[in-house]
Formats: sequence, structure tokens, C-alpha cells
Amino acid sequence: MDFDLSEEQRLLKDSVERLLADRYDFEARKRHGREPEGFAKAMWESYAEQGLLAVPFSEEDGGIGGGPVETMIVMEAFGGALALEPYLATVVLAGGVLRHAASPAQRAEWLPGLIAGETRYAFAQSERQARYDLNDVGVTARRDGDAWVLEGEKSLVLHGDSADRLIVSARTGGSRRDRDGIGLFLVEANAEGVSRRGYPTQDGLRAAEVSLSSVRVGADAVIGDPAGALPVIERVTDEAIAALCAEAVGAMDRMHRLTVEYLKTRKQFGVTIGSFQVLQHRAAEMFIALEQARSMAFLATMMAGEDDAEERARAIAGAKVQIGRSGRIVGQGAVQLHGGVGVTMEYSVGHYFKRVTMIDQLFGDADHHLGRVARMGGLIAA
Amino acid sequence: MDLRFTPEERAFRQEVRTFFQENLPQEIRQKMIDGRHPSKDDIVTWQKILNKKGWAVPNWPVEWGGTGWDPVRQYIFLDELQSFPAPSPLQFGVYMVGPVIAQFGNEAQKKHFLPRIANIDDWWCQGFSEPGSGSDLASLKTKAVREGDTYVVNGQKTWTTLGQYADWIFCLVRTDATVKKQEGISFLLIDMKTPGITVRPIQTIDGGHEVNEVFFDDVKVPVENLVGQENKGWDYAKFLLGNERTNIARVGVSKQRIRRLKELAAIERVGDTPILENPRFREKLAALEIELKALEMTQLRVVAAERTREKGKPDPASSILKIKGSEIQQATTELLLEVVGPYALPYAAEDEGDDHLSNEPPVGPDWAGPAAPTYFNWRKISIYGGSNEIQKNIIAKAILGL
Ligand SMILES: Cc1cc2nc3c(=O)[nH]c(=O)nc-3n(C[C@H](O)[C@H](O)[C@H](O)COP(=O)(O)OP(=O)(O)OC[C@H]3O[C@@H](n4cnc5c(N)ncnc54)[C@H](O)[C@@H]3O)c2cc1C
Ligand SMILES: Cc1cc2nc3c(=O)[nH]c(=O)nc-3n(C[C@H](O)[C@H](O)[C@H](O)COP(=O)(O)OP(=O)(O)OC[C@H]3O[C@@H](n4cnc5c(N)ncnc54)[C@H](O)[C@@H]3O)c2cc1C
Repeated sequence: MDFDLSEEQRLLKDSVERLLADRYDFEARKRHGREPEGFAKAMWESYAEQGLLAVPFSEEDGGIGGGPVETMIVMEAFGGALALEPYLATVVLAGGVLRHAASPAQRAEWLPGLIAGETRYAFAQSERQARYDLNDVGVTARRDGDAWVLEGEKSLVLHGDSADRLIVSARTGGSRRDRDGIGLFLVEANAEGVSRRGYPTQDGLRAAEVSLSSVRVGADAVIGDPAGALPVIERVTDEAIAALCAEAVGAMDRMHRLTVEYLKTRKQFGVTIGSFQVLQHRAAEMFIALEQARSMAFLATMMAGEDDAEERARAIAGAKVQIGRSGRIVGQGAVQLHGGVGVTMEYSVGHYFKRVTMIDQLFGDADHHLGRVARMGGLIAA
Repeated sequence: MDLRFTPEERAFRQEVRTFFQENLPQEIRQKMIDGRHPSKDDIVTWQKILNKKGWAVPNWPVEWGGTGWDPVRQYIFLDELQSFPAPSPLQFGVYMVGPVIAQFGNEAQKKHFLPRIANIDDWWCQGFSEPGSGSDLASLKTKAVREGDTYVVNGQKTWTTLGQYADWIFCLVRTDATVKKQEGISFLLIDMKTPGITVRPIQTIDGGHEVNEVFFDDVKVPVENLVGQENKGWDYAKFLLGNERTNIARVGVSKQRIRRLKELAAIERVGDTPILENPRFREKLAALEIELKALEMTQLRVVAAERTREKGKPDPASSILKIKGSEIQQATTELLLEVVGPYALPYAAEDEGDDHLSNEPPVGPDWAGPAAPTYFNWRKISIYGGSNEIQKNIIAKAILGL
């Protein structure tokens, strides 16, 4: 039982925090967001140079062999800076699929470019009708000789508009909601038949609707078992949720600090508003919510590497509930305690609020995961 | 970072559990499961069993009977104790006055009192609160005037838990009214048999008798019963309250209450369906379990930090444990009310000692009886030990710097 970071982990934390402190203040973020891709390509290159894109990959694959703790460190720092780059999409989601399901030959071909920051990936999994159900896959992949032909629509593909490659889930058998019969395919974003409509999301990040019309890929594009990919999708989603929990903690922590600072400086009625007990107690309640979220982000991190899928899912779902609930308490409180300035684009706190709110909506909101925890029989062993 | 317990820690947990299984009398355990209060005899019996094993005062210095366990093992022990469930050793002795005597008392006090506390030869109670001094404890007025070799004590204490059984009471008394209020307080050990002490029961809203008023009328206390230095009592009181932090969340208690809720919700039915299968109930329960899991992790963070923390210096993060811990414990009592439904209604006076046993059979299932009393009684948890509002003040000041 030990919550301390190792020496290497502390170095990683220091270096990513320093990089962001130097180059990712609120004004810089505004500039980064105005770049054509919606994020800073120069930052992406710096992440590659600092080895951040190599974090979760094994040393044989050219990575640094980090685990969930290292990912947590990076994501928490990104949350504090409200980083816009496609780290979740490329490294955590697509990278996760490649780590868990790609063959050694595929990893040797694809990972060096990903780690070097030359190729960005997106995970094209969700669909309009699926809501949060991972098994609900309507896009089809039909075998045609040695090749596969993909057909259908993917929705809300995070950073799908600027990605070079997409990892697409598609149905190779069974009916739309079956657990079996789902495969994963690597598709070049500029392949014939792929069209993308990119758009900003509420939190200033980007996503895309992706349509696949008779997109042909070779047998070498199949990642893992073409009829048995759901466990991989579930696993990668759990890892992404753990990463998002850490990002949300980073964002909540910053939002809470900003609020406490504001309480100490803003004067009304001739005194700093932090002298009002009702605001002190609200700030204390926000702090409790933050720390409870941090605790569950630790739990999610610990369980992200768990092989027992049920135990993993139960803990990660619990963490996502806590993050969603704490996000509301901290986010709404931060805006409220800032008064009018809290609801403006000019000031950072509202942007943290928006990101934390959108994190709740991603991969299942608090209500969705509460239902799952309840159906799995709770978190406290009988 | 490794959030798993080590194999040695897991083996330790098993050892503790096995000891409880083999040594806690079943009827005491059953009372705890049912949510009834253990009697004085139950507490004494169990603490003597623990003391024989060397486990009655694990938190104390080793030379006075402590086990020398690190904070993680201390935590595991309490977690097992609470979730088994077994009665806690009498907290006023083991967690409150014992550590104060061990830290600040003189040799004679240590030699005389500490072994008797460990073996519960003396029943201790806590005389801090007064009618006019609750949250603002330092404003207390009960005064002790030194006359030769004795202090003469006059005043009133209140909310004295289980004072009706007490052999001794440790009191904060005012010994100097001319200085800043925190600087004129002393810490006295008073024999409850001393002439001039009167104990009057206060009935709590559940109908139980666990608190009392204690009146002091020219009570003569030998000066050798002063702990530490005169007028330094406030420091010792802060030390005492700071020591409570490993216990304050009572995660093990809530775990046990949740297990019990699940058991009973599987028995009670609405129509043909056990309440446990009602999706609305399950989601409420799941939400509580998530809160509790988060609290357990928060608790473990505080425990882990304890290894590098100055002893006796309170961690302000323990205020989170108190607030969340009390809210969760209270929420378990609300859910139990929902499970028992209409059979929360019948009132049955609780037995005091074993001599007033009621001859009437309970109305409704016998496990339903304690549901409403516990709900009423447990409102206390967010009031005592520093109310939740006071805890928020502590967070705002000590952590947030507001
Ligand atoms: C969308 C919008 C439209 C608006 N439109 C107009 C308009 O058309 N015309 C106009 O004149 N104004 C307008 N306002 C201004 C509005 O009235 C102020 O925002 C409001 O009075 C609060 O003041 P403030 O924003 O300076 O916050 P502050 O007064 O600085 O308050 C900050 C925080 O401190 C709390 N607080 C302050 N004093 C106390 C206290 N004594 N005790 C406890 N808590 C306290 C507040 O509740 C808040 O949470 C608008 C505001 C918004 C957000
Ligand atoms: C069942 C039970 C057992 C107890 N056992 C013992 C015992 O054995 N020995 C002992 O010495 N004491 C004991 N106590 C006393 C307990 O410590 C006090 O009840 C507690 O300190 C609160 O004091 P009070 O009840 O006088 O409430 P008050 O201090 O009068 O508080 C009333 C309300 O005001 C709030 N409040 C007070 N000050 C502030 C502030 N600064 N800011 C915001 N809100 C505030 C409180 O939170 C509360 O909601 C026990 C209490 C109970 C209920």
C-alpha cells in the first residue's frame, strides 16, 4: 500500500508539468485552438520529443514501458492545462488497441510513426444509435477475397478530422448488438470512400463524423480477431476512462485552486469574499468532492491494468460515477463563486467547467455507469 | 505507487479475522449485526479478550502495551474489527485518555492507569463538553481551584457518553480565568466516586440512555491527578482529538452496514420481488457504495501519509474523513429504514444491562426493531467529535487558507 511515485515517475511528472507551464497558459491555449487542426502541432512535436507519446508502449515496441500510473500523470497534467492535443485519441485509445490486439508485425510497422509524432490516429468506434453501448456496432465489414469492404457511419470520433489513420470497429457477423462478430480495422484517413466532417466540441476540442462507403482494406489491416474484438474495445475503453478520470482530476484541481485564489482576492462589501462562511463551506465541499474524485482516479488507475474484466469494469465504472458527480460539484461551484466572470469565455474557469462536463458525457455518464455498478452488484464485497 | 496490500498485509488481515472468528462470543457479534448496542459487560468481556492477546491498545507506545504496528496495519485491524463486526475497545480509555497519559502523564500515572485502561479495569468517560461550551470547547467554565494538595472542582459537564458506568472521568477544567481562554485550561483525572459528583441521565431521541450530565459540587481532586502541567490542558486536548483520525471515517462500520443492508434487502419483498432487485433501490445502494469506496481510498491516502507525518499532529485531511464518513454512516441508516418499511414503526425500549429484559415478543421481524432508533441515534455522528460544520471550517482555514 503505497501512493508514492517512483523516481522515474516523478521525473515524468515534473517534465510534463514544466512543459505545460512554459507553453500552455490560458492565452497560449486560445492560440493553439485557433490552429487549423484545433490544437498545437508544435506541442505535439514536443510531446514526441519528450517521450510522452511513447509512455504506454513496451520497450520492444519503441516505447518507455509505462503503465496506467504514467498515463495518469500525463493526463492529469493535460487536465490542468486543458490541453487540446489528440493524446487520448492517438496514444490512449488507438495506441491501446494496437498494444492489446495488433500483431508484432503491425506494431513494428505502425508504432514507430505514432511514437515519433508523425502519424496521428483516431478510434472510430461510436455510432449514432449506440449511445454508450460498446457492442452496438452497425458499420459492416464484408469479406471480399483477401480484402474487407467497410460500409457505414461512425460518429463522434474524437480528433477524427485531423487523424492520419483511423481504427474502425465494424461488424463482421451477427446482428447489430451482438457481442460476437465485431472486428477492428486500420483505415487510412485519406482512403477512397472515407469522408469526414470535422467540428468543434463544447470543450474546444475536435471530433468528426466519419462515413465509410465501400472502403477496401487488405487482410493486413485487420487488428486481432475479426470476429472477437469486443473484449479489446472494452478494455481500451476502460483504460480511456481511467485516463479521463485523471484528466478530470487535473482540471478540477486547477478549477478549485483558481476559485480559492479568487475568494482571497475579490472584494465586495469591503472585504474579500473568502471571509464569508457560506463561500468557505462551499469551497470545502468542492474540495471534498475533488479529493473523493482523486481517490477514485487512483482506484481506476490501479484497476486499469486488471485482467479480470468484471472486476476492472466494476471499479472503473464506479470511478466514472464519482468523477461525474464531483465534476458537477466542483464545476458548478467554481463558476458560482466567481460570480459573473465565471460564465464568460474570457476567463479560464468556465473552460475547465466545460471540459469536465464533457468528460462526464464521454464513454458513459455518471448515470449510465451507476446503472452498471448496480447491475454488477455494487462495489463493496458481500 | 502500488495500491494493493502486500502479501504480508493480507496475511495479517487474515490473522486478525481468524482471531475474531475464534474468540468473539457469537451473541455479542449477533447484537452488533442486528444493530443493537453491546452492553457494558459485552464491551468489558471483549476488551479483556483482546488485551489477553495483546491487541487492546494497538495504538499505544510499545512499552505500555502497544503492538508497534505501522499505520497500515493499525488501519487493517480497525477495518476488520468494525466490519466483522466486533465492539470497539472503550474509546475513552483506549483512544483518548490512554494516549494522553502515555504522552504527557508522569511515571506514577502511567504505571497506575495504563495497564488498568488496557484491561478495562477502570471504565473511563470524557468530560469535555458543557452546556455553554460545545463547538467552542475552549470557552468551558467548570473551574478547579487549587487549595493545598487538592483541586476543588465546581461546574457541570454534559453529553458524557456512558458516564453511568464510569469509574473515572477525564476533564478539561479552567484553572486560570485571567488569560486567553485556551491558556487557562488543565487536564484532570477524577474518580467518579468522589463526594460531590452527581450523574443525571439524558435520554436520546431513540429512547436510549447513553449520555449524561455530570455535576461537580466542591469535588476534591488530589493534585497528583493533574496530567502534565497546569494550564496546558488545551494542548493535550488537541493531541487527543488529533489521535482520533485513523478511526474517524469508520469505513469498516459502513462496510458492515452495507453488507447487512444487502442481506435484509434480499429477504424483504415488495410483491414477489426482493427489494434488492428493485433497480431504484440498487442504484441508491450502488451510489453509496461508490462513495464509500472513494472514502476508503481517501482514508488509505491519509494512512499512507501518516508514515511520514509528525506524531500527534492532526492531518486536516481527516476532516474529509469525518464529514464523508458520517454522511455515509447516516445514509446507511436511511436505506435500512426503506428496507424495513412499515415495521420501522413499533417502539421497543432497549434493555439496559440484562435486568430489564422485555417479555414481549417484537412486532414484525426482529431485525426491523433497531432500524428507526439507529436512524435517529446516528444523527449524532455529524454533531460530535467536531461537527461537520466545524470540519468545514477546518478545511477552509487549515487547507484552503481562507
Ligand atoms: C449573464 C449576466 C448578465 C448580466 N446582466 C447585467 C445587466 O444587464 N446589467 C447589470 O447591471 N448587471 C448585469 N449582470 C451583473 C450581475 O448582476 C452580477 O454578476 C451580480 O450582481 C454578481 O456580481 P459579480 O458578478 O461581481 O459577483 P460578486 O459579487 O463578486 O460575487 C462573487 C461570489 O461571491 C458571492 N458573494 C458576494 N457577496 C456575498 C456575501 N455578502 N455573502 C455571501 N456570498 C457573497 C456571490 O454570490 C458570488 O458567488 C449580469 C451578470 C450576468 C452573469
Ligand atoms: C450522542 C453524543 C455523545 C457525546 N459524547 C460526548 C462525551 O462523551 N464527552 C463530551 O465531552 N462531549 C460529548 N458530546 C458532545 C459533542 O462533542 C458536542 O455535541 C459537540 O461538540 C457540539 O456541541 P453542541 O452540541 O453544544 O452544539 P453547538 O456547538 O451549540 O452547535 C450547534 C450548531 O451550530 C453549529 N456551529 C457551531 N459553531 C459553528 C461555527 N463556528 N461555524 C459554523 N457552525 C457552527 C454546529 O455545527 C451545530 O450545527 C456528545 C454529543 C453527542 C450528541
